[in-house]
Amino acid sequence: MGLEMTYRDALQKAIVDEMERDENVLIMGEDIGRYQGTFKVTRGMVEKFGDRQNRYNLRILDTPITEAGFAGIATGAAMAGLRPIVEFMTMSFSILAMDQIINHTAKVHYMTNGEVKCPIVFRGPGGAAKQLSAQHSHSMEGWYAHCPGLKVVAPSTVADVYGILRTAVRDDNPVIVYENPGLYAMKGELPEDPDFTVPIGKAQILREGTDISLVGYSRMTHINLAAAELLEKDGISAEVVDVRSLLPLDTETIYASVRKTHRAVMVYEDWRSGGFGAEIAARISEDCFDHLDAPVVRVGGLNVPMPYARVLELQCIPDEHDVVAAVRKIS
Amino acid sequence: MANIAEESLTLSPADLKAYYREMLFVRRFEEHCNTAYRKGLAGGYMHTYIGMEALATGWLNSIRKGYDYVITAYRDHAHAIVLGTDPVAVMAEVIGRKGGTAGGKGGSMHIYDPKNGFFGGWGIVGGHIPLGAGLAFASRYRNEDRVTLNFMGDGASNQGVVFETLNMASLWDLPCIFIIENNEFAMGTRLEYHAADKELWKRGLPFNIQSERVDGMDVVQMRKDAQRIVDWVRENQRPYFVEVMTYRYSGHGAADQDRQLYRTKEEEAQALQRDPIARLRAQLIEQNIMSEEALEAMELEVEEEAAQVMAKAEESPFPDPSEVYDNIYTDMTPEQGH
Repeated sequence: MGLEMTYRDALQKAIVDEMERDENVLIMGEDIGRYQGTFKVTRGMVEKFGDRQNRYNLRILDTPITEAGFAGIATGAAMAGLRPIVEFMTMSFSILAMDQIINHTAKVHYMTNGEVKCPIVFRGPGGAAKQLSAQHSHSMEGWYAHCPGLKVVAPSTVADVYGILRTAVRDDNPVIVYENPGLYAMKGELPEDPDFTVPIGKAQILREGTDISLVGYSRMTHINLAAAELLEKDGISAEVVDVRSLLPLDTETIYASVRKTHRAVMVYEDWRSGGFGAEIAARISEDCFDHLDAPVVRVGGLNVPMPYARVLELQCIPDEHDVVAAVRKIS
Repeated sequence: MANIAEESLTLSPADLKAYYREMLFVRRFEEHCNTAYRKGLAGGYMHTYIGMEALATGWLNSIRKGYDYVITAYRDHAHAIVLGTDPVAVMAEVIGRKGGTAGGKGGSMHIYDPKNGFFGGWGIVGGHIPLGAGLAFASRYRNEDRVTLNFMGDGASNQGVVFETLNMASLWDLPCIFIIENNEFAMGTRLEYHAADKELWKRGLPFNIQSERVDGMDVVQMRKDAQRIVDWVRENQRPYFVEVMTYRYSGHGAADQDRQLYRTKEEEAQALQRDPIARLRAQLIEQNIMSEEALEAMELEVEEEAAQVMAKAEESPFPDPSEVYDNIYTDMTPEQGH
């Protein structure tokens, strides 16, 4: 039996365990200290690693609201040997830091031809939370997974977010951790092994099936699991492939599933056009063409700036019924 | 703001001779770069330091080389050379060879030498300023007494991220010296057309950072001012903001072939009278440190040395196509192929 905890608490446990293991690990971001974090991932940490009366705590550092600036400072600190974790209050705000992340962080190792390493983690909630509307609901993982030099992970379970975040902190390369806010309160089980980690770059099969592969990551993996339940009632056996890591992408595991089921639906919350799911769908089509009995279908978020009204917001985000409908289209 | 750091440095005749040689070498090196560009050996964007040599010599001889951190923008050859990087490796990088500081992957704008404390070499105007503060953050975090020299041009001083960084550097007591190499032009846009207040040194003041303006055309004074400020920052573990007045005689970059679009020949001629190299040469004679003959011999020697650097760099082969995916990551490559 493992420890039962929420995705949010698993995140904090990974951060705390890594900070206790290595004093070069620190976390910085907006309102993460005294205010305990907007999504409360860092609740109680300022007392653990400092003193809320201090003007600043370098290990758990409240930053001004200047995303580009602190993303760059963390990158410089990583170049000099620290291992910063940068929390973005939402991944939508990381857009302000994209010049730093794309033009600087992601280029350090290559432009120095390997002379300088940049061990840094950027993490935060991406995708729709609840009625945060157009400026706070972006799925940014595809933007980052487009860029060589970054690693991008999107864990969907409690054990994975803990294990992958620990691996990300120890990674000598910049890693973007995409956390869907819809997962924070989800409960799950964490293995008791104190050294438990999960490698970056490995997909997993969360449900075995024979008729179709439902490929997704982060919260969409749970949508796929729900869809698989519905499909089972109709006599369709769906396999759920949890991608976990977008860059690197474990095509081996994805392709093995598709070669077995001969059909694939790619599910992602990001805008349907040009989202990273489209890239995965393209690769399946290109590399598994001979094994496919039907075209690979994309189920993505509507190509709409996220609207506020709950009814419209829910319309934009794929759910299990959208997945079932897509499966029917090719079955 | 009052000048709170105190000047105490005295320079020996040997120091002055060494600075003359160093500045002259940088100038000859940069002239070879311009020639290499015209001959098609160097491509892309390339920016030389001609006219600004006293800044690199003044500042970088005031720090503990290899211990303190240095970062700058894309006008970066001089910083590497003065910090002790093999000039052949710098030139090889400028012309995209395997023997370059980044194996030909960076080019002129991206020279690095972390062993000598040099962290580049960055191409987005103002974009490296937070990185420099991050280097200072790391030394502050580890309770070391390093200082970081964070160079930028006058054009960069308008970027938003620079102001963000100044705020945090002051907030967190980062031992970082922000140095504006004010050569009066942001590419082809004159200072008065790009800065609402031409006194850029004031930009540190709103962040409660010690700030001042100094002259960068007199290497002796530059060296003394730099030492004074570096010592103060090391001692006090606080940021500092310095506007250094200088001038570049060359174009913005090697591709800038028409300087008269933004300044007159008369202005250039006037600025040439402030040439930091000619000025030091006159001082060496005036103070009987070197004779005209000794100077000429040294000048010939430097010229030959620079020519040899160029020749050696050209001997370095081009990178092998098999290296293209190397060092994107420490432990993997992205998807390969077109």
